[in-house]
Amino acid sequence: MPSLALEITGLKLENPIILAAGVLGTTGSSLKRMADSGAGAVVTKSIGSEPKEGHQNPTMVKLDCGFLNAMGLPNPSYKDFQDELATAKQGGIPVVASVFGAHPDEFAKIIIGLQGADAYELNVSCPHATGYGAVVGTDPVLVEEITRAAKKATRAPVWVKLTPNVTDIVVIGEAAQKGGADAVVAINTVRGMAVDIHSGYPILGNIYGGLSGQAIRPMAVKCVFDLYNALDIPIIGVGGVGNWQDAVEMMMAGASAVQIGSAVYDDINIFNKICTGLSGYLSDKNYTLHDIIGLAHRRVDQ
Amino acid sequence: MRPMNAVITEIIRETPSITTIRTDIELDAKPGQFIMVWVRGVDEIPMALSFSNGITVQRVGDATRALSNMHVGDSIGIRGPFGKGFEITGNRIMIIAGGVGGAPLLPLAEKAQDIEVHTLIGAKTSHELLFEGRFSKYGVVSVATDDGSKGYHGFLTGLMSKYELEVFDQFYVCGPELMMKGVLDILHGLEGRSQFSLHRYFKCGIGVCGACVIDPAGLRVCKDGPVFAGDVLIESELGKYHRDATGRKIKL
Repeated sequence: MPSLALEITGLKLENPIILAAGVLGTTGSSLKRMADSGAGAVVTKSIGSEPKEGHQNPTMVKLDCGFLNAMGLPNPSYKDFQDELATAKQGGIPVVASVFGAHPDEFAKIIIGLQGADAYELNVSCPHATGYGAVVGTDPVLVEEITRAAKKATRAPVWVKLTPNVTDIVVIGEAAQKGGADAVVAINTVRGMAVDIHSGYPILGNIYGGLSGQAIRPMAVKCVFDLYNALDIPIIGVGGVGNWQDAVEMMMAGASAVQIGSAVYDDINIFNKICTGLSGYLSDKNYTLHDIIGLAHRRVDQ
Repeated sequence: MRPMNAVITEIIRETPSITTIRTDIELDAKPGQFIMVWVRGVDEIPMALSFSNGITVQRVGDATRALSNMHVGDSIGIRGPFGKGFEITGNRIMIIAGGVGGAPLLPLAEKAQDIEVHTLIGAKTSHELLFEGRFSKYGVVSVATDDGSKGYHGFLTGLMSKYELEVFDQFYVCGPELMMKGVLDILHGLEGRSQFSLHRYFKCGIGVCGACVIDPAGLRVCKDGPVFAGDVLIESELGKYHRDATGRKIKL
């Protein structure tokens, strides 16, 4: 079987299938369970500087085309997450700490305070948190400053997770690269809303939220494709990947690795399943992982 | 699934603090499964099904207070049934229900046909005993009250000591956390013979967000549970701590 091992931003991964932020990442034991179920790396729930309860329920609803959520960045603060991080690391794979803040200093403070992560993923893309996430992530100047501050705060690699809720994601990706990002992660959820037709009430407690799952995969593929054209740093693809075919597609569009979120709904052992499928595909086609990353670009250029 | 619109057809005041709400939606659920109950404009909370079309609610917070104050004809949004319910097994079983913990256990007693059912019900005081009459329809019932106003004076764990536990094939338990921990400790040694329904803070309710996972196995109470085998819980956080909405550990 062909190897799925890779090195990305200096991290050695046994496979390119990573648990996305905000999914089963609230506790160390949960992250460890995801490591045991075959993830190449795991990303924690986004961690902030103060404890936060998040939005009122309903916080997540499954629609026919995907999932709508507005969790509202619930987290215990970096001070109370240190132990969870230590437990997560017992999983034996890289643990990436997702962090969020309102300004560059807050990001730096959390990164300095939350020791021991193998990499940091900057959440400048959550679509439904007042003062955080996409509010800062739609401003290229701020994204560049935040990335620079994060890079100064740690020697570990810094990934920047981008929001698709902008006119041109490439502008934000370039700002992250200019600020010194080691990789970008694309995409976070797409703003969305659902209304209960029996009563007229918006279903989510926060009124609106972010759409994930199958419905957003073509958008994610396009964003990854465009970022690959413009950036020199690696791209980690995320958005609606639910099987190995989706992962191959994301990699051909330009992703060096792929994150899985909503798809754990169907199967918590999805990491093993995707890896087996991916491995079989590479073997059948006589490809290496390297061969498929960005293949769509090479086809277009031929 | 989007929330279904459930119109309230009947409200029963079970005890001074506990209310049963039945609706026009019948669900094909396994005993022990739960639904997410959305009180529009207030909150959405997980509630065990105490009937195929009903829930039994104790007033503890905003949503349960709002539910307790609803009227016939009002509507709520419901999603489910979700989670893993009780496995009915054996020829002679014991049901141990503390407080509102009787809610998920009542459908179990009802479904345990041709099985000898012994039910122990506990409450702070006689007025708060839940479903004593209903459980009596399916087998023998013994009660315990903290204040001794009815039945055994003391906790359910004390009442259990009056029984020869080895003769029961399976124990089904739901109630306050420390009570469940006490029962778990008593049943230690009776491997494979107990099932507990757990309560944790839920957000998504569908196994994705991770708010309700328990240590150390990282099991999701909403999807891998809420019913767990006692053996799985012995070395767990049960009875020691739980996590609040932020994910911080709260010691019991």
